[in-house]
Amino acid sequence: MTPLVSIEGLSVAFNGVPVLRGVDLSLQKGEALGLVGESGSGKSVTWLAALGLLPRHAKVSGSVRLDGREILGARASELDHVRGGRVAMIFQDPASALNPVLTIRRQLCETLALHRDLSGEAVKAEARRLLDLVGIPDATRRLSAYPHEFSGGQVQRIMIAMALAGNPDLLIADEPTTALDATIQAQILELLSTIRRETSMAMVLISHDLGVVAENCDRVSVMYAGRIVEQAPANQLFADPVHPYAQGLIGALPPLDGPRRRLTAIPGTVPDPAHMPSGCAFAPRCALAAEPCDLATPTLAPIADDRAVACIRAEASRRALLGIAAE
Amino acid sequence: MGRYFAIRIGRAALTIVLVVTFAFVVLRLSGDPALMILGPEAPPEVLAAFRKAWGLDDPIWFQYLDYFGAIAKGELGRSMRDGRPAIELVLERIPATLALTLPAFFFKIVLGIPAGIYAALHRGSGIDRAVMMTAVAGFTVPSFVLALLLVLVFAVQLGWLPSGGQDSWRHAILPIVTLSLGGAAVLARFTRSAMLEVLGQPYIRTASAKGVPWRKVVTSHALPNAAIPTVTILGFMVGTLIAGAVVVESVFSWPGVGRLLVVAVANRDLAVVQCILLLVAMTMVTSNLVVDFLYGFLDPRLRAKGAHA
Repeated sequence: MTPLVSIEGLSVAFNGVPVLRGVDLSLQKGEALGLVGESGSGKSVTWLAALGLLPRHAKVSGSVRLDGREILGARASELDHVRGGRVAMIFQDPASALNPVLTIRRQLCETLALHRDLSGEAVKAEARRLLDLVGIPDATRRLSAYPHEFSGGQVQRIMIAMALAGNPDLLIADEPTTALDATIQAQILELLSTIRRETSMAMVLISHDLGVVAENCDRVSVMYAGRIVEQAPANQLFADPVHPYAQGLIGALPPLDGPRRRLTAIPGTVPDPAHMPSGCAFAPRCALAAEPCDLATPTLAPIADDRAVACIRAEASRRALLGIAAE
Repeated sequence: MGRYFAIRIGRAALTIVLVVTFAFVVLRLSGDPALMILGPEAPPEVLAAFRKAWGLDDPIWFQYLDYFGAIAKGELGRSMRDGRPAIELVLERIPATLALTLPAFFFKIVLGIPAGIYAALHRGSGIDRAVMMTAVAGFTVPSFVLALLLVLVFAVQLGWLPSGGQDSWRHAILPIVTLSLGGAAVLARFTRSAMLEVLGQPYIRTASAKGVPWRKVVTSHALPNAAIPTVTILGFMVGTLIAGAVVVESVFSWPGVGRLLVVAVANRDLAVVQCILLLVAMTMVTSNLVVDFLYGFLDPRLRAKGAHA
C-alpha cells in the first residue's frame, strides 16, 4: 500500500547551519503519528519544510511524496492546492495564528472558497456547520466576530474548523495545546480525536508532552538534533524505549501509580546545530556511549516489526533497561 | 465610543491652547515689534506711540487675556505692518502652499508606499538595498540642501526649469519634487518595516498553510495589517500640508504660508505669526483626530477598546 506521506532524507539548513539532517518518515492513511523531542529538535521544521512553508533562505533537500507524488519543490500553484486541501496545519499559539483584522467568516470562507466547490449561500452554511462541529456556540452570530473576541481555546477550535474546511487527508497539529491550560487542552484533544473518528483523517501530533502523544497516537517518532532516533508503536515505546534518549525522556516522567521513584534527568544540553559532534549527536550526553559512537552517525535500523532505532548500542541499552547485566 | 472621542477632542483643544500660549509668550520675550518694524533710528516717542497703539505696553498677562478674548469673538488681530486682518493675509497664501503640498503628498504616497512594500517583499535583494539607500539619503539630506542641489542641476546647469518664483506651473516642479522625495523616503522606510513586521507574524504562515496564493496573502492578509502603522505617518504628513513647506518655499521664493511665516517672524508681526501657528496647530490636531478615528476603522481590536473606554 502506498503510504499517504513518505519523507526521505529530508534536510534543512538555515544560513548553512543544518537543523534537519536527513529525516525519514512515512505515514499511512488515517494513522495518528506522534512526533516528540525537545525544542529545536526539528519537529515543526520537518512539516514546514515538507509543505514549503519555510522562509526562502532555508535550504531544503530530500524528498516528500504525497500519495506517491513528489511535492518538495513543486510549483506554487500545486503546493497551494496541497496546503489546506490535502494537508492542513494548526499551530501552537492560536491567538496570533488568526489574522487580527479579518472576521472569522472571511478567514473561514477563504479556505472553503479555495478548496471546495461551494459558492454563495453554501459557503456560509458550510462555515456555520464547521463552527458548530468544533463546538463554537451561536455560530451564525459569531462568524462576524474578530479573533480577539474569542478565548484561546475557542480560537484553537476555529483554527481546527479552518483546517477541516478543505477536507484534508492529513492534519498536522503543531503543539496544538501547548499555549492552553489543562482543561481546555483536554477538550481540544478530545475534539481532535472525535473528528478523526468521524473523518478517518490522518494526523501528525507534534508535541513535547509525552502524555498527550501516548493517549492520542498510534505510532511515535522521537526526534533528536534534527534526526529521528526511534520509531515505535506508542504503547511499545512507552513500555520499552530502546534509544537511550527515548529512555531518558520517558524516565523523566513521574509515574502515576506504583512506588515513588527518583525521576531521572538527561545530563547536558542539546548540541548547538552549528557545532554538531561527530558521530551520534546524543553520544556526549549518553551514559552508554562507547568509542564507536563518535565515529559514524547511526542510521535508523529496524529492530522488530514496526520498530526502528538509530543507536549502535541499542542492544546494550535494552539490557540496561531490563536490568540484565551486560556480560 | 462617544466618550472616547469626547476625551480626544478635549485633549486636542488643550494642545491648541498650549501651542498658542507658547507662541504668544516666546514672541513677546524675544524682541520688540516696534523696533523691528520702525527701525532702531525711530524717535522714542514714535516707538512709544506704536507700542501704545498695539497694546504692547500693557502687562503680558493682560495682553494674553485680551488676545483670548478677541479669539473668542473671532478676532485674530491685524498685521502690524499693513494693518490688514492677519487671517486675510494667511488665507490668501494658502492656495499657493497647497499647490505645492497637495501634489507632493500625492507623490509621496504613490512613490513611497509601493517602494516600501516592494522592498519588504524582496528583502535583501539588490532592489531592496537600492530602495533603502535612496530612502536613507532622502531623509538624511535636509530639504534645503536637496532644493539647492535640484536648482543647481535643473535650473543652473541644464536650464530646464526656473529656479524660483510662481509665474507658471513649471515653477512648481522643483519645489514639489523636493517635498516629494523627502516624504517618499520616510514613507518607504516606514512601510517597509511595517510590512516586514507583519510578514513575520504567525497569521501570515497560517494563510500560506491554508493554501492562499502568495499574492493574495500579501494583499488580503499582510497589507491591511501593515496599513495601521503607516496611517500614523500619513496623518502626520496631512498635518504638515499647511506649513510643511517653510524651507522649500523660502528657497524657491514661493509666496505661500511658509514664506509669510518666515517674514512675519523676522518682523515680529505678532498677530500674523500667531494666526499661522493657530492654523498649523489646528490642522495637526485635526489630522491626529482623523488618524485616531481611522485606527478604529482599520483595527477591530481598538474599536472594541474604544467602545469600552
